[in-house]
Order: sequence, then C-alpha cells, then structure tokens
Amino acid sequence: MTEHIEDSGRPVVLRVTGLKKRFGSLEVLRGVNLTVLQGEVMCILGPSGSGKSTLLRTMNHLEEVDSGRVELDGELVGYKQRGSRYVTLPEKQLAAQRARIGMVFQNFNLFPHMTVLQNVMESPIGVLRRPSREVKETAMGLLDRVGLADWSHAYPRTLSGGQQQRVAIARALAMKPRLMLFDEPTSALDPELVGEVLDVMKGLAADGLTMVVVTHEIGFAREVADNVLFMDGGYVVERGHPDDVLGNPQERRTKAFLSKVL
Amino acid sequence: MSAPTRNRPEPATLPPPDSVRAAHRTHPGWWVLVVFVMLCVLALVRMLFTNPNLQWDVVAAWFFSKSILLGLMRTLQLTVLSMLIGIALGVLTAVMRLSPIPILSSVAWFYIWFFRGTPLLVQLIFWYNMAALFPTIQIGIPLTGPTFWSGDANVVVTPFVAALLGLALNEGAYMSEIVRGGILSVDHGQNEAASALGMRSSRAMRRVILPQAMRVIVPPTGNQVISMLKASALVSVTSMPELLYSAQIIYNRTFQTIPLLIVASLWYLIVTTILSIGQYYVERHYARGGRRSLPPTPVEKFRRRLNSLRSRMSPKEAR
Repeated sequence: MTEHIEDSGRPVVLRVTGLKKRFGSLEVLRGVNLTVLQGEVMCILGPSGSGKSTLLRTMNHLEEVDSGRVELDGELVGYKQRGSRYVTLPEKQLAAQRARIGMVFQNFNLFPHMTVLQNVMESPIGVLRRPSREVKETAMGLLDRVGLADWSHAYPRTLSGGQQQRVAIARALAMKPRLMLFDEPTSALDPELVGEVLDVMKGLAADGLTMVVVTHEIGFAREVADNVLFMDGGYVVERGHPDDVLGNPQERRTKAFLSKVL
Repeated sequence: MSAPTRNRPEPATLPPPDSVRAAHRTHPGWWVLVVFVMLCVLALVRMLFTNPNLQWDVVAAWFFSKSILLGLMRTLQLTVLSMLIGIALGVLTAVMRLSPIPILSSVAWFYIWFFRGTPLLVQLIFWYNMAALFPTIQIGIPLTGPTFWSGDANVVVTPFVAALLGLALNEGAYMSEIVRGGILSVDHGQNEAASALGMRSSRAMRRVILPQAMRVIVPPTGNQVISMLKASALVSVTSMPELLYSAQIIYNRTFQTIPLLIVASLWYLIVTTILSIGQYYVERHYARGGRRSLPPTPVEKFRRRLNSLRSRMSPKEAR
C-alpha cells in the first residue's frame, strides 16, 4: 500500500475525490473533494438539503455513489476496481470495511432489545470475534468514559436522549474505529442535553480520534474542528480553518447561512 | 396552592380528596339487560346440570380413556410439528419476499397466493391422495441432476405425513405474512446501525431485526397456534386418529355422540387455555426494552390485589 503523507507529515485517513451522487433527477453531490488527516476533526456545515448527510453516508457506503471515489487509508471504500469499472464489493469485505469506520446517527439507533452493555458488546464479539471477557472490560471502560457505567444494565428506552447518544458513541468506539462519522449527533436532542454529548465528542477529539462531523453546532465547530467544510447545493462552497470560514467567510452563501444560524 | 383563593374562598367543609368516592350513575336500561343476561346464564347452567342427554357420567368415563388420550397426543404432535415447520417456512418465505431478487420474491408470492387461496380442507384431501398424482417420490436435483432417493408415495406419505404436509404448508403461507409484517415494522435505522457496525445482513437479521420483529410476530402467532390446534380436527376427514376422529370412532360404535363431542371440546378448551397462558409470558419476554416497565404477571396482580384488600380491611394499620 502506498503511504499517503500530506505536508504536515500525518497520514491521510480519508480521501474523497470527485464524488457525485444523484437521487433520480436530483443531484445531491456534484463533485466533492476532501481529505481528512489522521487525528483531524472535520466539521461539515450547510443548510438542509445541501448534501452533507449524504456525503457522510457515502463514507461508509451506506449510500452508493454514481462517480468519484472514497478511500480509507488508501483503500477504495465499497467498490473494487475492475479495469475501468467499479464493482460493488462482496458483502463480507464491505462489512469488514465498515467495521473500521464508526458511525453515530441523529436518532441514535441503539438496539432497543439489548441492554446498554449488550449494545456496546454486540459487534466486538459478533463481528470482530474478540473474547467476551476482554470486550466486557473495554465496554465498561467506554461506558465509564461517557459517564454511563451505572446504566450498563438499563434498556435504551429508559435513558434520556443525551444518554442514549453517549451509549451510541461508546458502541461505535468499542469497534476501535480508524475513523468516526457523526451524522448530526445532537439534532434530535433537547437543548439542555446537547452539551453532554458535545463534551464527550470534545474529549474524543482531544485524544486524537479522527472524526468527520455533520453538525449545526457552530460553537462546536469553532472550538474543535481543524477543518470546516461549508456545503450548499451539492458543492463545497468554502473550506478551511474554522477561524477563517466561520470568523471571516468569503462566500456570499456562507455569510448568509452563518447570519441565520448565529 | 394558596394563591388563587383570593376570589373563590374554598368551602371549609370539603372532605380531603382521599375519602371522596367517584359515584357512577347507571342508566336503568342497563339493569334490564343485566337481569336478562343473568336469566340466560342461569338457564344455561341449569341445562348443564339437568339435561340428561349430556350424560356427564359418560363424559367422565371416556375423558381419560386411552384412545382419547392417544388422539389428544396425536393432535398435539400435529399442532407442534406443523407449527414448527410452518414458522420455519414462514420466516424463509418472508425473507424471500423481502429480498431484492425478483425470482425469489415472486416464488414466495406465488406460494402464499396458492396456499392462502385454497381451502385447507381441500389441501388436506389433496395431500392424502397424493399417490394418485405422484405414484413415486424422488429426492434429487430437479430436472437435471441425479436422484438421491426414491420411494413409493403410498408408503412414504402416510396419513400422518399427509396431514403434516397439509397443515404445515398452509400454515407457512400465513406465517410468512405475519413474519413479513414484523420485519417491516422494525425501523430502517436499525439495519443501518447494524451495517455500520460491520454486521453482515444475515447477522443483522438474526441479532437485530428478528428479535425486534418478534414483538409484532408473537401475538398473531399465538393466535395461529390456537387455530392450528383446532384446524387439526379437519384431519379427521382423512381418518387420521387425532382427538376428534378418536372421539368419532368411539361414538360410531356406542352412539354416545354428544358426550364424546363434549370430551373432545373440553380437551381442546384445556389446551387452548394452557396455550394462551404460555403466549402471555412469551409476549412479556419479547416486550423487553419496548416499554418502560413490564405489565404485571397474573400472580403479581393477584398479590397486589390481596395487599390492597388487606390494607382496606384494616385502614388504621395501613396508614
């Protein structure tokens, strides 16, 4: 495998090139390029319908692409190249790729028939085939980290939204992912619960986890992101350091969006 | 609480809310109906005790007789086996119907269409007479491959096998729709979360989707078990000595038709009652995580009622 090193000396974890995607006649992504380095946090902002969630979902192939490529550690995600064509990967290999990419959803999507601890342990045991004693130890450590060790035997529906989202984060982390994707992780939460989830995410960023976050939390982006991507109409309109994009936007659409949400 | 009393002074005589009993006022028409229903119930009970044609002594004599118990065993065997095969077929065809592969989904559709669209009785007679359609039965790869095994249909398809095939294939078609409804009731996000965690679709189905679908699948399946128990009586037309036919054999000989039908009916009632209780606990099991707290079991309910009764009898102690 070729080493992907950018100027900073850190390896490239995720590279998206010329990504296009349409739903019927609607073009959702019209050629998106981006690079995420190891340990970097990228926040994707934009009005609804701008294609930011779709972009995130192509990164672990929950969404097929029409053209362009997504690479994780230099390896094509979801497809293999055969001659000049891309062929969808067999399910087994696709699942193995997804196991390396954690994902946190807007609606948590915890498994309601399992306890908190079972949610976290399910995939490390079932997919990675790690011994259950070791997994349990890791899982309890992660639950402790998100502040829910006392709730390990509760069922998800008995928890608040903020607690559920923290369990979802622990569940994704239990797979020891190379990259974490967050799809509007605080959008379904009551305002007073947003903070506890963002605090956990800040902690992960500080520990050097590579993260791509689709969010409406401008404050979080400003504080935590290394890179901000502003999207509109399927294009990346503006990108760069949060101080520039959020503090001194150059594009008209960025300014208009920020003036509405700030 | 004390703030709004400025304009409306509270009457000092109002009793504390604990001691107020809500009074239901009943329409006089209800009393007429109650009296009428009571009379009907009394007439029925009196008939049960006084009508000599019921021949309760005959009922008692045959109730635990060997042939009736054997028939009951046969009925239970048929119910359990055809339910198990039916559920397996149902899950298989439900997954086939939901698959994106057109051949699989249309074959499953056709299966359901055929077996739901013809009367069970006809299907049972059909299977019973299968030897007339296929004199020999072969197991092998259809159309092309070699035959691994073959046998005479009259020997292989015994009345029991014919009954089992008929009941199970019919049941499979109904279970298929029940299972499909259950799978469709699970939120799509669950599938996405499972895929995102690296599960393959077979594992996601087994560990995530089906356990949640069970909450929707179990109640109608309980109904199906109970209908199956009763539908197995249809098998009597193919002279399979299950519960009903065993009773018929006896009354054809002794002409004690009514008492023996009562024997069979009582056994059906006993088994359906046991099944209903079982269903309650199975439903409870799959309700895990569904509601914030589970409904009390009948035992818990009884204990609670007993406690509240006790505290009402001695109010001073309870307070």
